[in-house]
Amino acid sequence: MSEAPNHVLEFPGGYTRSVGPVIGRFLTELRDGRLVGVRTAGGRVLVPPTEYDPADGEPVTGEFVEVGPGGTVQTWSWVSRPRAVHPLDRPFAWALIRPDGADTALLHALDLGPFETGAAPPRFLKTGMRVRPKWRAERTGAIGDIECFRPEVTMINAPTRLEYRLQGGRALDRFLEGISQGRILGHRCEVCGQVIVPMKGLCPRDGVPTTEEVELPGTGTVTTFAVNNLPDPRAPEVPFVSAYILLDGAGLPMLALVAGIPADQVRMGMRVKAAWRPREEWVASMANIKWFEPLDEPDVPFEAIKDFV
Amino acid sequence: MSAPLSTDIAVVAFVQTEHTAEAAGASEVELLAPVITEIKERTGLNRFGFTCSGSNDYLAGAPFSFVSALDTVGAWPPISESHVEMDAAWALYEAWVKLRHGEIDTALVYGFGKSSQGVLPEIMTQQLDPYYLAPLGVDQVSLAALQARAYLERSGAKEDDLRAVAARSRRAGRDNPFALHLPDPGDEGYDVAPLRPYDVAPITDGAAAVVLARGDRARELCERPAWIRGIDHRSEAHSPGVRDLSRSEAARLAGERAGAAGVEVAELHAQFSHEELILREALGLGEDVAVNPSGGPLSANPVMSAGLIRIGEAAARIHDGSAARTLGHATSGPCLQQNLVCVLSGDDHG
Repeated sequence: MSEAPNHVLEFPGGYTRSVGPVIGRFLTELRDGRLVGVRTAGGRVLVPPTEYDPADGEPVTGEFVEVGPGGTVQTWSWVSRPRAVHPLDRPFAWALIRPDGADTALLHALDLGPFETGAAPPRFLKTGMRVRPKWRAERTGAIGDIECFRPEVTMINAPTRLEYRLQGGRALDRFLEGISQGRILGHRCEVCGQVIVPMKGLCPRDGVPTTEEVELPGTGTVTTFAVNNLPDPRAPEVPFVSAYILLDGAGLPMLALVAGIPADQVRMGMRVKAAWRPREEWVASMANIKWFEPLDEPDVPFEAIKDFV
Repeated sequence: MSAPLSTDIAVVAFVQTEHTAEAAGASEVELLAPVITEIKERTGLNRFGFTCSGSNDYLAGAPFSFVSALDTVGAWPPISESHVEMDAAWALYEAWVKLRHGEIDTALVYGFGKSSQGVLPEIMTQQLDPYYLAPLGVDQVSLAALQARAYLERSGAKEDDLRAVAARSRRAGRDNPFALHLPDPGDEGYDVAPLRPYDVAPITDGAAAVVLARGDRARELCERPAWIRGIDHRSEAHSPGVRDLSRSEAARLAGERAGAAGVEVAELHAQFSHEELILREALGLGEDVAVNPSGGPLSANPVMSAGLIRIGEAAARIHDGSAARTLGHATSGPCLQQNLVCVLSGDDHG
């Protein structure tokens, strides 16, 4: 029925119905925010109550028993596209819920939180789930006095936030001082002669302190790289390439972004140069180098970089 | 077993519309009239000892809509007539009881409905109790999905098993000139999980009629009458919260009383694919029983006649000699609350 209706059937004011003492008691207790069941002659507790035992048709006793409010989901269905007549306007479950202390189940809506229209049923929705009613503030004595059921609390999200004042250490501070002036500084190892950049104040190969500063050019070679498809605030766009770049004259490759070329055209051995931000934006941070861009030079053969991969 | 007695009752004729998914402009009465005309021609009868119909005013949104349908029958001079606000399978039951009294020897039974005129899952909400269920606005598909979940979890069946039921029904339905011809189930998301659109019977408009006759009259009217060997209907509590939804105790009992054991063909009023699996189990139908060779309600579900059509289709297998003992099933109420089972056979098979 896609087109607008041309005939609407309504019952003005609805039907007036007397509810009798059994259903009436249940609805009255609902209005007071309580769930009650009625006991059968056989001792079972029916929720919602009926005037007769569904098992044998015998009249129930006059004994009402408070049940719940917690209950257990017996079976459920997942409405990913609610209808206008449904009690919730976002995806929800219908559930048969057996309140604690009851022997039968009550049908109601189960709100599991915000989901987009059409969402698949959440994995945590399971038969056996523990739930509780959410009461409406203004109650009238109707099944809708329970707005819906919600899962019992089984987990919390405990927020954690710590603040630190980090110090780079003497070598890194000196390196960043160079970067803030547009210079890339390294240390040469007195033992092996390799240049370590960014410098650490010692040679990771020989384990000896290093002090001899060397300035390196902003050019280098991609030794290896990764194409990243998850967005990162430091990257220009997705996909982006992070690469190990061996600066000319350096003995260790350095991790940096590569841009200015489609991700699928980046290659091992590709020559690149640092793209600096405008001078007025320089701070004492590696962010001064936005990324490395292709340099119009022939690729370096694999043999020359194989030890740095 | 024994030859039919003069008090035995048979289905002697069955007619149905070529069902449609969308209203083609015909009113309910216009839908029904050709069916009544055809069944009169086929039996050569213009008057019946009793007439009983099944329909539902809420489908048309018009109170007492069944009264105008009587015009198609020809109710003058006044006829003996009754109506059930249920599937016409229950009208057939009433007619059967009337025939058992022995005062009449023929009865006309018909059902009709256009579910394309409203929103069927929401119209069916009106059949629920007005205290606990209807005010929640819980619709028919949502209730069925609760039962499907209960069945899958109890039996270990998978959603693919539901899909297989839908696929088989649709294949069979494409061979049935009266059913909707639906494609194989596609890669569809959930309607109300765990049910997908193909697990839910299609919206269908249609009508059907059956003529019942007693004893020798049945033999005059039909070469191979489909004798009713057993018919029984059982009801469970209305509230889905007091039943084991994964089983159908009412269908089990009705099947046992009607003599479901040993049938070759079963036409089941399964409006959702999981219902077929629950009913197969309840009725003890083995792998060797052909279930819904017509395509069943998953291929065409003209509400208020779909149950009668199951009995008609089961009888048609006797009429054409392709089966000796068959079963027609009808259901009513939420989640298979009520179940009617009718077992039919030919002359030589008790």
